[in-house]
Amino acid sequence: MNWVALKMLTGDRAKYLGIIMGLTFASLLITQQLAIFIGLMSRTYGAITDLAQPDVWVMDPKVQFIDDIKPLQDTVLYRVRGIEGVEWAVPLYKGLLKARLDNGNFQTCNVLGLDDATLIGGPPEMVVGKLADLRRADAVIVDENGANGKLAHIDSDLEGNPKPGAVAVPLKVGDALELNDHRAIVVGICRSSRTFQSQPIVYTTYSRATLFAPKERKLLSFVLVKTDRAVDPTCVAQRIEQTTHLAAYTRENFKKKTFMYFMKYTGIPINFGIAVVLGFIVGTAIAGQTFHSFTLENLKHFGALKAMGAGNWMLLRMILLQSLLVGIIGYGLGVGAATLFGYFTQKSELAFLLPWQLLIFTAGAVVMICVLSALVSIRKVMALEPAIVFKS
Amino acid sequence: MSIETENNLAVDCRGVTKTYDTGGTKVTALRGIDLTVKHGELMMLVGPSGCGKTTLISVVAGILDRDGGECTVFGRDFQKMRPGERTRFRGENIGFVFQAFNLLPTLTAAENVAVPMLINGSSRVEALDRAGEALSRVGLGDRLHSLPKQLSGGQQQRVAIARALVHSPRLIVCDEPTSALDHETGHRVMELMREVAVGPDRALVIVTHDSRIFEFADRIAKMDDGRIVEVTEKVRDFVEN
Ligand SMILES: Nc1ncnc2c1ncn2[C@@H]1O[C@H](COP(=O)(O)OP(=O)(O)O)[C@@H](O)[C@H]1O
Ligand SMILES: [Mg+2]
Repeated sequence: MNWVALKMLTGDRAKYLGIIMGLTFASLLITQQLAIFIGLMSRTYGAITDLAQPDVWVMDPKVQFIDDIKPLQDTVLYRVRGIEGVEWAVPLYKGLLKARLDNGNFQTCNVLGLDDATLIGGPPEMVVGKLADLRRADAVIVDENGANGKLAHIDSDLEGNPKPGAVAVPLKVGDALELNDHRAIVVGICRSSRTFQSQPIVYTTYSRATLFAPKERKLLSFVLVKTDRAVDPTCVAQRIEQTTHLAAYTRENFKKKTFMYFMKYTGIPINFGIAVVLGFIVGTAIAGQTFHSFTLENLKHFGALKAMGAGNWMLLRMILLQSLLVGIIGYGLGVGAATLFGYFTQKSELAFLLPWQLLIFTAGAVVMICVLSALVSIRKVMALEPAIVFKS
Repeated sequence: MSIETENNLAVDCRGVTKTYDTGGTKVTALRGIDLTVKHGELMMLVGPSGCGKTTLISVVAGILDRDGGECTVFGRDFQKMRPGERTRFRGENIGFVFQAFNLLPTLTAAENVAVPMLINGSSRVEALDRAGEALSRVGLGDRLHSLPKQLSGGQQQRVAIARALVHSPRLIVCDEPTSALDHETGHRVMELMREVAVGPDRALVIVTHDSRIFEFADRIAKMDDGRIVEVTEKVRDFVEN
């Protein structure tokens, strides 16, 4: 009876396509919105992801996320180095500084100052030049997105507005920048994870960064710690906290803390949550409603099948099979469309991350929609009196 | 089995009653029906609209529960079977022809006819094979792959008859099988029905109020207001003589 079930459904083109459309829409919306959400949220800790070497981050206890800078005293670095289980510890400067563009406009940049001796904390991938070039005078390395985007040169009029027809010329090695009134020379272009605020990332040395930065008593943003291979980083982090009374998190925990901050204190999760729930509801409504009306229209036929000896179990299987078919097709189309969307927006500013867990999540949601719509229909068919077949 | 051989009856109903209860208003459709159908017999049920004909064949075919009385089909009482057994027994032993044909619109003629075989667990190939044979018997051997909407009303009813026959059920029940057909087509459908559906160990119960087909009956039970008021014996002999 399986192919009878399938032919019943596929023979009714309009309803068949309607149900598939509903499911496609639902799985597209759920996948796409969640992929953007995940992409966006992973950017919140992009800077931590890029710093692959340190196991533990030390910071002021009041820091809530990676961009929440509460400077430490320079002496902290030496105290941390003295703690057991610490293989090495280096300073990191992180701050927002204004870059003056050659058209007179200002652009806020995310400046990272790396330990002068080791240059630990550099970008994960260089596109032009090499990290060691930072040792040259006034040297900075700029990330690709910033260089091609917000820091690119555009011919502008005296008021700083782009001249009509002007094309952006990417910032390149050898170009000069003015960071907080200090001269800087681009010696390299790198590839970094995009940050949440999407500001250009500028790498330089710690000492130069503190020169660029406005004069303050304290300038040390983080102490980055590599732990001895033999010890658990969590233990070392605890030890650092006890000794220094500062906060120390393992890389993963700091990511989590940053992620949770954005989850908790921004409207982002709610907004995406609403879109996802909406996709689910609209999908269920369209697919469920169409499937339901398909079943209603076929109620007489289901009754005839019942009279001819089809039991409830057989009819149940038929309806489940029907919803399974549209479920698989709708899921495939929806996820496929979402993937295409991700593919074509790859080069844009849009965050889009599609981990396999999300595919499973969407599959689960589609299964739920199918089961819900099938349930509504199944109830009607189960309760059906076969005697209705003689009602004209 | 013993009862079956004892009385040699395909259908044996005694004192069957049925009352519909739809939200307070009770309608008594059957008020004590005695009805027997012998093997090899074509029994017609006639009577005015609303007198309980459909209700009676629904009870006989095991798709509706009676309230009182006794009713056996080939010696078996549907109401004494467990639900699964009842469905299976019906699937194997009862064939249905409906007034509105009730063919699945998206299935071809052959596929529609194959459905009872599939329900009874036959493979698709076997079912379609038998469906082809059944359709040939009703003269539609060349329309196996037609969809119902591509067939005339008479042809559709012949498909429905083929579907009722395909699995060789022992009892076929038809509700107004000719009322949607014109006189001539109705006549031909009945001729066909007599020819292919009546056999020594089979029986046919046809509900109708189409007097033009009375001549095809062996016996006619006349109903009124939930009762059988008259049974005319040997109709065919009478008509033929
Ligand atoms: N499902 C039902 N619910 C309530 N009343 C019904 C139902 N089916 C039939 N009836 C009533 O039972 C009586 C007999 O109906 P039916 O057996 O269909 O008569 P017939 O087939 O002779 O026209 C009628 O009065 C009809 O209105
Ligand atoms: Mg009727």
